[in-house]
Amino acid sequence: MYASLVPTSAEMIRFLPELILTVVATLFMVLDPLLGRQSRHVYGHFSILALLGAMAAAVYVYRDPGAAFSGMLMVDGFATFFRVVVIGVGILTVLPSYRYLDREDAETGEYHALLLFSIVGQCVMVTANELIMIFIGLEISSIASYVLAGYLRDDRRANEAALKYFLLGSFATAFFLYGVALIYGMTGSTNLATVRRAILGGSLGSAPIFIGVAAALMFVGLGFKVSGAPFQIWAPDVYQGAPTPVAAFLSAGPKAAAFAIFLRIFLTAFQPIGPGWEPLVWVSALASMTLGNFAALTQSNIKRLLAYSSIAHAGYVLVALAARSNVGTAAAMFYMAAYAFMNIGAFAVVSHLSGKGERYLKVEDFAGLGAKQPGTAALLSIFLLSLIGVPLTGGFFGKFYIFKAALDSHLVWLTVLGLLNSAVAAYYYLRILVMMYMREPGEAASRIQPLTPGLRAALVLPALGTLVLGIFPGWVLDFAGRSSVFVR
Amino acid sequence: MNLLDLVLLLPLVGFLAGLVLPRASEHLIRVSALVFSLVTFGVSVGLGFGVRAGEQFVTDVPWIRSPNIHYHVSVDGLSVWLIILSTFLTPICVAISWKYIQSRVKEFYAFLLLLELGLVGVFAAQDLFLFYVFWEISLVPMYFLIGIWGHERRIYAAVKFFLYTMAGSMLMLAAIIFLYNRTGTFDYPGLMEMLSSGRLSLSGGEQMLLFLAFFIAFAIKVPLFPLHTWLPDAHVEAPTAGSVMLASVMLKMGCYGLVRFCLPMFPGAARSCAPWIAVLAIIGIIYGALVAMVQPNMKKLVAYSSVSHLGFVVLGIFSFTQIGLDGAVYQMLNHGISTGALFILVGYLYERRHSLFIKDFGGVATPAPWLSAIFLVTTLASIGLPILNNFVGEFMVLQGSAQANYTWTVFAALGVILSACYMLWLYQRVFYGAAGQEVSSHVHDLSAREFAGIIPLVVMMVWMGVYSQSFLPPVSVADGRVLDQTKVNVRFQVKTPALKSQTAEVARVR
Repeated sequence: MYASLVPTSAEMIRFLPELILTVVATLFMVLDPLLGRQSRHVYGHFSILALLGAMAAAVYVYRDPGAAFSGMLMVDGFATFFRVVVIGVGILTVLPSYRYLDREDAETGEYHALLLFSIVGQCVMVTANELIMIFIGLEISSIASYVLAGYLRDDRRANEAALKYFLLGSFATAFFLYGVALIYGMTGSTNLATVRRAILGGSLGSAPIFIGVAAALMFVGLGFKVSGAPFQIWAPDVYQGAPTPVAAFLSAGPKAAAFAIFLRIFLTAFQPIGPGWEPLVWVSALASMTLGNFAALTQSNIKRLLAYSSIAHAGYVLVALAARSNVGTAAAMFYMAAYAFMNIGAFAVVSHLSGKGERYLKVEDFAGLGAKQPGTAALLSIFLLSLIGVPLTGGFFGKFYIFKAALDSHLVWLTVLGLLNSAVAAYYYLRILVMMYMREPGEAASRIQPLTPGLRAALVLPALGTLVLGIFPGWVLDFAGRSSVFVR
Repeated sequence: MNLLDLVLLLPLVGFLAGLVLPRASEHLIRVSALVFSLVTFGVSVGLGFGVRAGEQFVTDVPWIRSPNIHYHVSVDGLSVWLIILSTFLTPICVAISWKYIQSRVKEFYAFLLLLELGLVGVFAAQDLFLFYVFWEISLVPMYFLIGIWGHERRIYAAVKFFLYTMAGSMLMLAAIIFLYNRTGTFDYPGLMEMLSSGRLSLSGGEQMLLFLAFFIAFAIKVPLFPLHTWLPDAHVEAPTAGSVMLASVMLKMGCYGLVRFCLPMFPGAARSCAPWIAVLAIIGIIYGALVAMVQPNMKKLVAYSSVSHLGFVVLGIFSFTQIGLDGAVYQMLNHGISTGALFILVGYLYERRHSLFIKDFGGVATPAPWLSAIFLVTTLASIGLPILNNFVGEFMVLQGSAQANYTWTVFAALGVILSACYMLWLYQRVFYGAAGQEVSSHVHDLSAREFAGIIPLVVMMVWMGVYSQSFLPPVSVADGRVLDQTKVNVRFQVKTPALKSQTAEVARVR
């Protein structure tokens, strides 16, 4: 019994990606005051190295999958998939940050340390197999991202964003924690598999109603983290106020991790009461898609537009959750990967165009980008077409798999309404395309700077990813399909 | 790698070549586009000979394993002429845009070739998923063609076009996924085989919903009244090449889809909806013609005439007769040729006078006799004068609809008369009378390049009008197969609902 409390070396190795990131992030914190401001890009370079190392480690440790630390962590295909996604999101966030931090004159080690800590939290979330670990991961990730959202201390909007994010986020986490407490009180365990067995065993007496309450509370907490309706209120303000690379990060990394635990909790522990929570997810999915898409139609600020679009995309993934099947889980996994590519790419272009102090954030500011910088415009077109869901892009296949899973589970109306929703969505993405190619260049496009190497990588890599997922989705989908089985 | 793959590959290579060529060397880009599109056309003609000899040019290789998606393409009498129509019109579009398109030349020709790829792919795909992919791919370049190089209200028109088609195709996607979940395949021949052998049987309600999902997507594209409102905007605002490709080929995607998918896959629903659809088609014929008559804008007039002409196509398809279906398919080609020619000629007039309004013209025949002569031939073709192409198609459609329901024919035939009214009136107002100051100073006759753009179409009008036997036999074979499929299923469903294991042969014997 006690022997198993001492982690074996195999268990430590399974924790390697998190270890690497934590060590490097802590080093940054220590070195920051020592190095001063003389070494501008060092932190970025080391962040990228650390993230690449962590990604390699994540892939490497998958050779020997299994539990770690008394079953608190579970390194399986699902965890590995999401580890790679959130670490990849980290890399794609650091790349445009070089230029951004230069421009805003705000390069510090702190920024990169916080980013790495946030990713550590997400890695813990996606590997956790147990409610307390999930909570810890959630907190590490969230607290770091609250600070990141307000990273530009002198900016009023950034402050507002951070405060809003923090207050609402704390509420949401409290809801989640309340759910965890109820579960522990009733089943005497926080391990997902044990909870599931307790629910199935029927030894809970009058408790099933409280299991439902616990599930609902966790749904609130997680619904907030994935910005699904009706818990989406924070997203537009936070995305608008946060520094653009951070907004990109928030829209992809924490969201992917939150979806990972959403899937893991609801399809493992709460899988037996699936018919009970399915209507909840159904309504939330439809509300997110409809609200996100219709609200995005009238936005004039590009960051708010992308925020509403990200709410709508959360709705699509919730459709996959509502399907309550392995196919649905695989579809959600694929979608999060595709979404990370296309959304971060789009945000990187926004960051590039917006100029010092993020002056150019109107949709109109994209006018004439196609004439002034055809390469950038072409790459943004790929991201936007993928967000619309045009074939041969990752976004299309993601949507296709999700709605296929939904139809498999006989969610016919949700599918039809969801697909019609994505036709509505086409309109606001097209507005950006119209601006880029069909209008005369405005001030923003005329003043646009040439691409730096970091930005070029930050645009080309996601574009390649989007196209590869769109033309050869087989490999990723196979892996997702094999890793999507929680309950054997 | 057979001829068909080559026809798909060449535009793709041309597209990529267009992307890598330097932006400044506009002439090189134009030449490259012309060469690629001409070679594609040359190769595709081989398909025509092949299909007449009974070849199908099948390629079937897996693309994605799960779900099971194949790159499966082939041609038959239904698709081959539409493919050749696409490849035939693309070099013509390159030629007519030579002078007219002066900004962002590189993108223009790249999009034109991408459009060609999408169109050929739509007609060749034998896998429902692949079909959908090409269907959507063709949307993107057309959106840009209208939106970047169009006239004043181009952005409105482009967005409207995109959203209409997108909304329709989303329903189609849902139906395709539903079929896949039921059968585990996207393969069109496989699905047909399952349907005719009874291994896949859809309940009446399912069949109706699936039919409607496909039908609405196609009806928007055709466009069938009352879903046509995107068309006048898109046609009028598009640059000439865009209008030509849109009217001549893209609208046929919808008609083709009706014949290829709606009829044979959901015959019961198609038959029970046929009277309603025929009525809508007839309304479209008469309404389109009446609205065309009062248009002050030439391009808009031609656009509404398309609504009218395509009503005939839909009427022929839903007559469920061999001759009606043959006529409908032939009419698709005829409309492609003659309306394409009309748009090109209107485009020539626009390049001279920089106006599309009829009132700005008059007396064009004096300064430009060749232009007006060719316009006259095209006008006559469009109104269905014997020995020119449209006559053959309209005659067959009317005959087929008469076999189905004589009342339909009476009303549809009104459309023929009305088309003579609006076209001849247009011709009279534009070409006859005294040439005004503006016209005589700006309008000159056709240049050699412009001749090259239009003469092939005139030749086709006469050829298709005089000797339809060059084209019709393979069409009849394919249509016969479609009709068989609709009969097999219907009889099967009506007469032997209990014995689902029976094969098609048994059902046919009954």
